[in-house]
Amino acid sequence: MDELRNINITIDGIEISVPQGSTVLQACEAAGAEIPRFCYHEKLSVAGNCRMCLVEMERSPKPIASCAMPASDGMIIKTSSEMVEKARKGVMEFLLINHPLDCPICDQGGECDLQDQALYFGKGETRFENSKRAVSDKNMGPLIKTTMTRCIHCTRCVRFANEVAGVEDLGATGRGENVEISTYLEKAVTSELSGNLVDLCPVGALTSKPYQFVARPWELTKTESVDVMDAIGSNIRIDSRDGKVLRILPKNNESINEEWISDKSRYAIDGLSKQRLDTPFIKINNKLQRVSWDEAFEVINSKISKISNENFVGIVGNQVENEAIFALRELFKKLNLNKILPFQKKLTFSKENRSSYLFNSKIEGLDKCDYLLLIGANPRVDSAILNARIRKNYIHRDLKISSISSQKFDLKFNYEYLGSDVKILNSILEKKHKISNDFEKANFPMIIIGDEVLQSDCSLDVQKISTSILKKFGGFKKNWNGFNILHNYASTVGAIDILSEYSDYNHSALKNDINNNLIKFVYLLNADDFDFDISNCFVIYQGHHGDKGAQLADVILPGAAYTEKEGSYTNLEGRVQYCQRATFPPGDAKEDWTILRALSEKLGKKLDFDNLLQLRDIMFNSKTMLKFDENIYSSEPKITTKLDFKSSKLNYENKNFFMTCPISRCSSTMAECSKVNI
Amino acid sequence: MKKEQLKAENYKLCIIDQVKVDEILDKYPSNRKASAVIPLLHYVQKKSNGWLPVPEIERVAEILDMPYMKVYEVASFYTMFNLKPVGKKLLQLCHTTPCWLRGSDEIEKSIFDTLKIKDGETTPDKMFTLMKVECLGACVNAPILQINDDYYEDLDYKSTKELLNKIKTKKNIKPGSVIGRKSSEPYDKNGNKNVTK
Repeated sequence: MDELRNINITIDGIEISVPQGSTVLQACEAAGAEIPRFCYHEKLSVAGNCRMCLVEMERSPKPIASCAMPASDGMIIKTSSEMVEKARKGVMEFLLINHPLDCPICDQGGECDLQDQALYFGKGETRFENSKRAVSDKNMGPLIKTTMTRCIHCTRCVRFANEVAGVEDLGATGRGENVEISTYLEKAVTSELSGNLVDLCPVGALTSKPYQFVARPWELTKTESVDVMDAIGSNIRIDSRDGKVLRILPKNNESINEEWISDKSRYAIDGLSKQRLDTPFIKINNKLQRVSWDEAFEVINSKISKISNENFVGIVGNQVENEAIFALRELFKKLNLNKILPFQKKLTFSKENRSSYLFNSKIEGLDKCDYLLLIGANPRVDSAILNARIRKNYIHRDLKISSISSQKFDLKFNYEYLGSDVKILNSILEKKHKISNDFEKANFPMIIIGDEVLQSDCSLDVQKISTSILKKFGGFKKNWNGFNILHNYASTVGAIDILSEYSDYNHSALKNDINNNLIKFVYLLNADDFDFDISNCFVIYQGHHGDKGAQLADVILPGAAYTEKEGSYTNLEGRVQYCQRATFPPGDAKEDWTILRALSEKLGKKLDFDNLLQLRDIMFNSKTMLKFDENIYSSEPKITTKLDFKSSKLNYENKNFFMTCPISRCSSTMAECSKVNI
Repeated sequence: MKKEQLKAENYKLCIIDQVKVDEILDKYPSNRKASAVIPLLHYVQKKSNGWLPVPEIERVAEILDMPYMKVYEVASFYTMFNLKPVGKKLLQLCHTTPCWLRGSDEIEKSIFDTLKIKDGETTPDKMFTLMKVECLGACVNAPILQINDDYYEDLDYKSTKELLNKIKTKKNIKPGSVIGRKSSEPYDKNGNKNVTK
């Protein structure tokens, strides 16, 4: 690509240099001049219809809309002249003509762009004596509450739906005074990203339905944290008050989630206050009874003599932080046990080096890649944010995408469907398939391997042959690695990192052991989504929700959910991120690593750390790989398999995007969403 | 607009001529099919009794590979697309300044007196719908009333009434100036067309 030339532009007397293709608004920002705006959003196309960003340009008789005007060499811009001031005041007066004065009962109040800007540019009184227009409210589904009279027609929501989310249901109908923003025939917005419409709306027209009339922004405590609903590790801000999580908002991180988060990340939080385990339980006569921590530990202690390496298994759940996994591993080490299952589903990876099970191209690599092959992946359900990132490349750079999967999924972008048989990869490798040409032409080819493959018997075969294809067509080179595994759960990568050196116990080994009646004791670390029959075993469940795992438990140790503890999560790229405590766990529940530490002491095998810092110190200094490198390494995955393709057809598994974990299963908002979307 | 208002019950799609549709589509590059949305909507509206029910809008969207909402946006933006049923004879009365100065209010009154309909209303027999519209571009022969595709010019209270009664009784009517002048040739107060100075 040609190096972009810089252009010089003078803003308020300051000469600055900006890259070619910038708009005047971006140049003004670079020069430190703040420009008010409503319709302009840097992640969306330019609309130029709110006129709030007017600035004065020398030799132009009229003020110009800076968001839509490309910056060019020698422009002289004034952002605070009398003309600009007058223009902005005029625009604001027009905007306020039809905007109701209902800030006191509006949920946007306190974080409203219009409110803030009216403070600076508003007239303070009205000259408008006619009646204001009123617009009927629209139905947009269970997440978005509408008060359309407040709408100022910036069309941010329409552009977001069309460009980012890929649901072309939103639009502006009518013309002039009668314009109304609506979904097509008022059906619900069927996107996994619809909650972002609420963030985008600069006024109170679209507000959050589950959060309506709950709190004012200035009452909230804001905690920056990490989301655990999928493996992406979206950065979030948790807003809480009085020990209750009230809402979750996205936090900007260009490398991961940009400005968006999925609806599950945002709205599953009402599940955090339902079905919680707030005290230890033990099962007496088939009934769970509340007990103290000591009593619960005593029950476990009484069983310890019967535990052997043969009959004790630990299963790590989907949303466990690295610290708890590490503590569990250390406890197992002390007890001389080594059967720990890092994830609950049958997923097959090679664990020989880290690039065998990571998303090596990085999420940012999706912006760069120029040919993408999805194998057995449904990114829209598995990680909606990643899907939006693929769509971004598809929209802006015409990314060519092909997919091999059990069925043709609606991914909100067009792609070539290659059937459900992975044997096709052989002919691609041998250049007998037309896809080979696409690979050959591509500079940065990328393969994403998803759940359908990982759960099948041909997983390693597919991974190996994908490696060969990428090797042949330049998928591994300096600063590029096209081999990607799409993980589904927040803790999978961390668990492999921490446990792969310690234990190579896997799903089929456990199935075997259970069939042979070997397993007598099970430690479930937040594990609820397994398909083993452990009803005859003594089950210890450590977790935060009374979900599937707790039902089977003989002893329940109440833990903390992700908003209630400090911990680190390794996302699918191998990036370690920290979540912070926003609220305290309910009742007697404790942070997970402290439970394991306390248990170890009770069992007479005290772990070597007394606080989180010590734990982290040992964890990061142990040989386990918990480091993240921003650079893309071109090291190839190491996969050993015979390539016999025992089965080659991919099987469809019906997944409900809105209910994948104990938290989201307890959320009534998510229940409503799945009702609307299925 | 609410679903109930738009969705005609048990609606049967109107019959359209594929040759004509292809003719419209051929005018635009094949990778820019959406450009044909307005001509196609006009054509379909003509075929479906002068208005565009939701199924017809969706059909146009499918022909052009456009999202439903995009076509609906276009159809709702332009006043010449009707999203509500109209009568067999759509009366479009110009009330922009020249027509208004020449007595469009009188015409409106005449229509009300004859058919008992106001702006936007339809007669109970679904025969006439009145719509007040902006400039029809025939100011020289003001005031103008457009009935379906034809202009009726130089109207006044009496001639409008006669015109409408003729339509009611299914008599033939001739488009153009009702005082019989050719195009916009000069005439004087008495209707005398041989005006020199």
